[in-house]
Amino acid sequence: MKGAGLRVYTALYLVFLYLPIVLLPIFAFNDSTVIAFPLGGFTTGWFAELAAVEALHAAVLTSVKIAVITALVSTLLGICAARAAARYRFPGKSGILGLIMLPLVLPEIIVAVSLLVVFLQIGLPLSALTVILGHVLICTPFAIAILNPAFQSLDVSLEEAAVDLGETAWGTFRLIVLPLVMPGVISSLLIAFTISMDEFIIAFFLSGSDATLPVYLWGQFRFPQRLPVVMALGSILVLLSVLLLVLAELARRRGARRRGALDTGGFL
Amino acid sequence: MALISLTGIDKFYGTYHALRGIDLDIAEGEFFSLLGPSGCGKTTLLRTIAGFEHPENGVLTIDGQNMKGVGPNRRPTNLVFQNYAIFPHLTVAENVGFGLRRSPLSRADKTKAVAEALAMAGLDGYGPRAAHALSGGQRQRVALARALILKPKVLLLDEPLSALDRKLREQMQTELRRLQRQVGITFILVTHDQEEALIMSDRIAVMFDGRIAQLDTPEGLYLRPNSRAVGEFIGLMNLLPGMLRPEDGRLLADIPGLGAIPLPPDLVAHGAAPGPATFGLRPESLSLMSPGGALPTGQFVDGTVTERTYYGDMTYYEVALDGAPDPVTCSMKNLVSRPVLERGARTRLAWEPGALILFPDG
Repeated sequence: MKGAGLRVYTALYLVFLYLPIVLLPIFAFNDSTVIAFPLGGFTTGWFAELAAVEALHAAVLTSVKIAVITALVSTLLGICAARAAARYRFPGKSGILGLIMLPLVLPEIIVAVSLLVVFLQIGLPLSALTVILGHVLICTPFAIAILNPAFQSLDVSLEEAAVDLGETAWGTFRLIVLPLVMPGVISSLLIAFTISMDEFIIAFFLSGSDATLPVYLWGQFRFPQRLPVVMALGSILVLLSVLLLVLAELARRRGARRRGALDTGGFL
Repeated sequence: MALISLTGIDKFYGTYHALRGIDLDIAEGEFFSLLGPSGCGKTTLLRTIAGFEHPENGVLTIDGQNMKGVGPNRRPTNLVFQNYAIFPHLTVAENVGFGLRRSPLSRADKTKAVAEALAMAGLDGYGPRAAHALSGGQRQRVALARALILKPKVLLLDEPLSALDRKLREQMQTELRRLQRQVGITFILVTHDQEEALIMSDRIAVMFDGRIAQLDTPEGLYLRPNSRAVGEFIGLMNLLPGMLRPEDGRLLADIPGLGAIPLPPDLVAHGAAPGPATFGLRPESLSLMSPGGALPTGQFVDGTVTERTYYGDMTYYEVALDGAPDPVTCSMKNLVSRPVLERGARTRLAWEPGALILFPDG
């Protein structure tokens, strides 16, 4: 058969990629504290146990709080940067944009340690706030990468037409620009939220006593008997992450269709 | 009094001088065209009137008001963009009614105004449609209705027909002209299509290189171009090198191939001086006759057909005149009774000395 080798390779690749994730729910419903085959009986007990742990609830709450604020702030910064990149010419533009995108390729541990040094030097106590600052730093490049095409593809004459028809600059932004880039804004919010929720290294260095969910989970690995609970929690997180990313992509496609624009493939 | 008055307008992009001292008055109710090749500054001039470009020098007044520091949203002008700039996320009715958002009219009056504007643009019943699903011609109508609903003193049109196919373009030319007469407001059209400018305008400003080369009626531009560049840009023009020489107290135009003729009186008044000159002659001022044929009026010359181009209603012949350095083009209406001349055929050309245009050299 033609292309058989390629098919086998694709199948193996997908198994390699997704098998560990498939194992999560399997062990989450396994009636044994040992994470190994053969499986014991079926149980939903680990999920029930999840509901009873106070520290876990606090960690989830902290994470959600951090992720929501991070998503809002980095998307707002992304809108400003993408708008400036699309509309204005200023000296050093490409250099500045390159610098903003740099955290995308810097090792996260370097970013985390550097931030830790800076915060300790200026005397900012480690808390949810410092994690938010770190997360905004790494999420803003993603926001810009998502929003930039949306702003670039926006026809200047649409804004000029709105001004010509009597709108103010702010009215034009609200009535014309924002609705047209809204799918990009939604994708940016969802992706920044997801990144912040999953992020471990920066949160580990900067969270102080406000442990985020990944930091809390890391702490739980010291207690082998609690591993199945972590598996249960992991299953829920994977499900939520997939759901959010699908929503982001749907929003983007819907927007592209509504504008009658050619779908050039989004961030995903 | 002029509705729009421009005095000494200069516009620079960096060191590039896009508009060079433009002086222009446009009257109320006029259909005015800015005509020129791409890069001549016509769109910059239009955008200056709209308020999107800010001239470094000069004064622009609209209806007696100096427009310096007045934004596009506070000028009594509306612009139809080249790509129409239809808001893709709104319906046709929302697009057309966009300019009424800040108007004190009641909701019912606004709805009525939108319906009227749609009807005027020939878009009855299109109101609820999604704007991004419209065809090119429909988008253009939406753009027109959207700009006219505010009853501007001036409607500015930036090459509005260039994206349409030929049939639709001709139809829209007639319709725009009708619409302008109906609403009675000043239209300023930017176009690179000389035919379109001739068909639609009351007056035309021909622009080259940031300057107005000639400002005249369509007939004036066609019959009395003031320079070779304008003559060549508008319609077809045979350019014939020759000499002006004095004889018996009057000027003779000596044109190789056409002979020496007394300069027609209106060209004498033009300030003609002896010396080398270029003469222009439109193709329709030359007509083919059979060799040796009787000649009712004017003068005639003999030559050989070197090329024949068939256009359906017309045939264009290229004829090498005996004694002339370059062939001339002449156009003939295709009549059933008129024989077709093939390449190489000998022919006799009648021409009207009164149609001669003089371009002093230098």
